[in-house]
Amino acid sequence: MSVRAAAAAQPQIGAEGRVLAPLGRRVADVIENRPAGAYRVFTALDREGPTPRAGQFYMLAAVERWAKRDGRPFLPRPFSVAMAAEEEEGIRLDFLVEDFGPGTERLAALEPGEGLWIVGPLGRSFSLPGELGGTAGAILVGGGIGIAPLAIWRRQLAGAGVPARVVLGFRDRAHTGGLDLFDCSEIRLASEDGHQGHRGYVTDLLSVLLEGNDSSTAAVYACGPPAMLETVRRMCAEREIGAELAMESPMACGFGACMGCAIPLSGGGFMRLCVDGPVVDAARIETALVAGSGH
Amino acid sequence: MGSPHSPVASRRVDLGTEIVGIQLAHPVLNGSGTFDAISARRAFGPALHDRFPFSAFVSKTITPEPRAGNPPPRLFETPAGMINSIGLPNKGLEGFLASDLPALAELPVPLIVSVMGTTQREFAALVEGVAVRDEVDALELNVSCPNVESGLIVGEEPEETVRLLRDLRKLTDKPLIVKLTPNVADPAAVAVAAQQGGADAVSLINTMKAAAIDPATVRTWLGAGSGGLSGPAVRAIALEQVRAVAAAVAVPVIGMGGIESGRDALEFIAAGATAVAVGTANFRDPLAGERVRLELEYELGRVGATRHDEIRGRAAVSTST
Repeated sequence: MSVRAAAAAQPQIGAEGRVLAPLGRRVADVIENRPAGAYRVFTALDREGPTPRAGQFYMLAAVERWAKRDGRPFLPRPFSVAMAAEEEEGIRLDFLVEDFGPGTERLAALEPGEGLWIVGPLGRSFSLPGELGGTAGAILVGGGIGIAPLAIWRRQLAGAGVPARVVLGFRDRAHTGGLDLFDCSEIRLASEDGHQGHRGYVTDLLSVLLEGNDSSTAAVYACGPPAMLETVRRMCAEREIGAELAMESPMACGFGACMGCAIPLSGGGFMRLCVDGPVVDAARIETALVAGSGH
Repeated sequence: MGSPHSPVASRRVDLGTEIVGIQLAHPVLNGSGTFDAISARRAFGPALHDRFPFSAFVSKTITPEPRAGNPPPRLFETPAGMINSIGLPNKGLEGFLASDLPALAELPVPLIVSVMGTTQREFAALVEGVAVRDEVDALELNVSCPNVESGLIVGEEPEETVRLLRDLRKLTDKPLIVKLTPNVADPAAVAVAAQQGGADAVSLINTMKAAAIDPATVRTWLGAGSGGLSGPAVRAIALEQVRAVAAAVAVPVIGMGGIESGRDALEFIAAGATAVAVGTANFRDPLAGERVRLELEYELGRVGATRHDEIRGRAAVSTST
């Protein structure tokens, strides 16, 4: 192991137990960009940063041609890390992206050899099932592009010897891209077009799982479209099952400065998703249907 | 300070700046509400204090009572900028003094606290509550708000501004900085009024009123309806307003509006600014302030200056042709 990799393997931990980000933005090298159905998976080599925890995210911006014909994209874009691997030269970070707007269009077109500005890892990571009152292991619920942070979480849970059941849902075959980020076969699938697995929603599969005897002591982790997250939140609230949701929101900075990523709290007021999330205790929020999120 | 990134040029160029009686290591501050030193420490840890990007820290705006802020969405990206509609979320005066001020007092730089009231009495209570604290070096008055008694935006009316300042001036000897709004026909007239009322400095520009439309629904995008534009999109406008204000007042000017580089900072200094502030650029890079300072050092050397006051006002209204 090189000195660099050994140093990177010992991340600095903040007062709240989160992996701290090095101060300032830094350049990571894009080393791969491959198609994944309707999505792309691109990989960056971070030579300086620590290994992130599952659920943490990075602010990303291409070094070249970030602002284009319309002066956009201007702000960096938040992305949960889908996989992180320590290698000789640094940390390999995988991100799952869908070409949707000016920022994601540019990120989806990144080529190996290009530079990527990164700030991170940022935010709060997933908690172990025990911390959520879940003694019967974990249930991971993902939808569409939201499967990304669950891929690294499943791997970290496996490493910790925690059993995890995984249910994933997709619109159609094209949107199953990124499924290979899960290196396991015990995944139950749902598809809206019925091409694979259960025809319908992933929350149908969750509902079946939660009927089981051991479900009341499982911990649920979910990431996906706002409507899916809201259904998961309600199902878990009704059954008093501990759940964490990895949410998204437009944000300008990622470290609490812009105050843009406000998520309504159940007791009134807001939390900032960047520093108080992006992984949030489902019981803390009023709703997962937040205006402007999911864009 | 022994930053490993200091260029050799630092031996020649002296960035030391004095503003409102406060000695600063360099002229680069943060704009109010564009950097939260407390949450940044949660993300970056103690490195933030070891390598703090600004020579003084300007807090986000404090109001008398706690505010939750506006409903989302609060942000909209524009060409070379962004619109925000945050709504000044803060813990209120009491919460700020009890929980935020002790943390901000640990910063390695002087502290400027931004305050906003909706009546003269509210402003007075804020100034009295904040100014007595030894941790606070100066106050910035956010006057881009309506006076609920007159219905007028204080910072849009010279008469309202001078009345407010005369009232507040009696309450403290600490420096009072007035944050000017760009949403007026003549910002210099308001700046002159602030100076007449006893302001020690003015800072500008605040964000420019702006709207965003959701292309899907063709309704307004922001939860609160409209917002304020910032970033490089406003820079040329800010530069001209700084020129106009600096020519009209004797008190120092803190210039800001889309500053992203040392060259931008140099331009604001040439326009008449004594200090500059980095705002939206912080969102793109938490060390943007440090980079602006290092580049400014280089830029001053490039134009043959050893101190930034040799350049100050070179492009001012009064000397331009």
